Amino acid sequence: MRRGLDLWMLAAALLAAGALGFPLSAGDLPLSWFDVPAAAVYVALFAALCAWLAGGRAQGLVLGAILSVAAVLGVAVALHLLYDAGAGGQARLGFWLFVFAIWAAVWRGIAAIGSFRSLNRGRQRGVDLLVPLAFGLWLVFLWEAVTVGFGVPQVLLPTPSMIAARFAGSLDILAADFNQTFVKAVISGYIMGCGSGFLVSILVDRVPFLKRGLLPLGNLVSALPIVGIAPIMVMWFGFDWQSKAAVVVIMTFFPMLVNTVSGLAAAGALERELMRSYGAGYWQTLFKLRLPAAMPFIFNALKINSTLALIGAIVAEFFGTPIVGMGFRISTEVGRMNVDMVWAEIVMAALAGSAFYGAMALCERGVTFWHPSYRQRH
Amino acid sequence: MTPLPLQSEPTAPPEPAAGDGRRVVQARDLTLTFQTADGPVYALSNIDLDIEQGDFVSFIGPSGCGKTTLLRAIADLEHLSGGTLTVNGVSPHQARLNRDYGYVFQAPALYPWRSIERNVTLPLEIMGVPRAERRERARTYLDLVNLAGFEKKFPWQLSGGMQQRASIARALCFDPALLLMDEPFGALDEIVRDHLNEQLLQLWSKTGKTVVFVTHSIPEAVFLSTKIVVMSPRPGRIIDVIPTDFPRDRNLDMRETPAFLEVAHRVREGLRAGHSYDD
Repeated sequence: MRRGLDLWMLAAALLAAGALGFPLSAGDLPLSWFDVPAAAVYVALFAALCAWLAGGRAQGLVLGAILSVAAVLGVAVALHLLYDAGAGGQARLGFWLFVFAIWAAVWRGIAAIGSFRSLNRGRQRGVDLLVPLAFGLWLVFLWEAVTVGFGVPQVLLPTPSMIAARFAGSLDILAADFNQTFVKAVISGYIMGCGSGFLVSILVDRVPFLKRGLLPLGNLVSALPIVGIAPIMVMWFGFDWQSKAAVVVIMTFFPMLVNTVSGLAAAGALERELMRSYGAGYWQTLFKLRLPAAMPFIFNALKINSTLALIGAIVAEFFGTPIVGMGFRISTEVGRMNVDMVWAEIVMAALAGSAFYGAMALCERGVTFWHPSYRQRH
Repeated sequence: MTPLPLQSEPTAPPEPAAGDGRRVVQARDLTLTFQTADGPVYALSNIDLDIEQGDFVSFIGPSGCGKTTLLRAIADLEHLSGGTLTVNGVSPHQARLNRDYGYVFQAPALYPWRSIERNVTLPLEIMGVPRAERRERARTYLDLVNLAGFEKKFPWQLSGGMQQRASIARALCFDPALLLMDEPFGALDEIVRDHLNEQLLQLWSKTGKTVVFVTHSIPEAVFLSTKIVVMSPRPGRIIDVIPTDFPRDRNLDMRETPAFLEVAHRVREGLRAGHSYDD
């Protein structure tokens, strides 16, 4: 066990103890720690716990677990102060010092969890997931504390709790938008764009003059601004999802083309000569050597495109759409000052985009397990 | 010291080979020039060479002497600029399409996405051998190179020596009569190298294949070969062809015998004589 003074815990203890010396809020009904004795007792206990831990009495997961419990309770106390005790809108130094104290404890706790090492792969992966989860939850709390504590107008930035409430209350609308934008436009456009990019790259590879003739042209298309393309696609393919899928095709085609073309050149000279020594034909060499060797590049394009496709479809919906869809909802709800609904759509877009990307990354890990970047984990 | 019958004229044809077997490789006045931005590079010049069936022939020489280029020309991986070359009685191109030879590269060149077994069966897949027979042959040849039990492993899970043995199994599995090996053990440490040399000799006497072997190690060349071709750079040419008459079943202790050292000495003299051309 490592000995010595734990500076993060010391900071947490000092901040929590210091918080008790300052008022919680200003305004018509100023709040001090004497008005909320239970909270004051918790803050004192928190400071004492952190001071005790500063001596290095717990390490690793044990420290992480203790600090998680302490931080969760601390967050609950802070939220209670904001909402029930009335510190919201005019929070003062006493409150913020306490938030900083929890911050220091969370920081140290995440570091403690992050330093966990196990030879058991499942256990290691589980703990590795905890770190971004804890960090994300902490950021959400910080967002809530800042928006409520300073009384930020909800048109500027709604609190996470409002967004969550709106999200839960509008599941039917969100589902319809998701279906329109993601399932119809993004998925079909993605499949067509990536598929055609892949096939054209094989063609480009097979017919040398195309590499000089078509690649610069493709480069030109990829440089076209999406806000220029989208209205034209709406004119060509109508208001429904087909025009959005067309925008997605244009956005995803080129990354796939370029990546696959360079992937097809990735197989080494010896590996090619080996095929040649067997008298293998073009297609045998393609399927047994060059495509497998190109897989890391192809998956790179699939991952880039998974996020590009969603952005493309949402932006395209700003230029004409039936009265459903994530982009449509965002543009109209902004006009109606329903910013919480906009944020709910943003949350859904983020979730869908990350899930899409994650699915691609999982496929990649399965297919290119042999690549040096994944090998060590086998 | 034995007087050395060095061929001072690189254009002179080599002595007729003592073997009575079929001629597997025949080169006459072979020339190979690379056109580069800095002008032509004469990689091979006036090469005359005969390799009989069942021979174990080593090409030895300093880097840049064209030994690998000559091997690649036999494998139709390089195009000749002049002269004639036949492999199994046909052009190298036809021999390649006939799958007359197995080629072992300096690096194992195993495909990392294929298991060892599927790497070994790769040529069989290309040749359209049915699946059951492919597996059977993979087992046979992996056994031959002492890699039984590693079928399901991936190349990057094996040591360098094991990888190179797998690549030898891959070159053997479609049973070519000719095995072309380009410094196959060059990247391995000496202990592994000695061990693989012994295994290669056993394999050679078991299968009766013709082996053409590129090396820059004198003991390796003398230990393995029935015929040593000493080459010299700029332009790449043959300066001596040394037959050895050691028995087929050799062991590493042989390297201490006077006969062995005598041949090694002649190879070294040949290399030195070739080198003095530059000075």
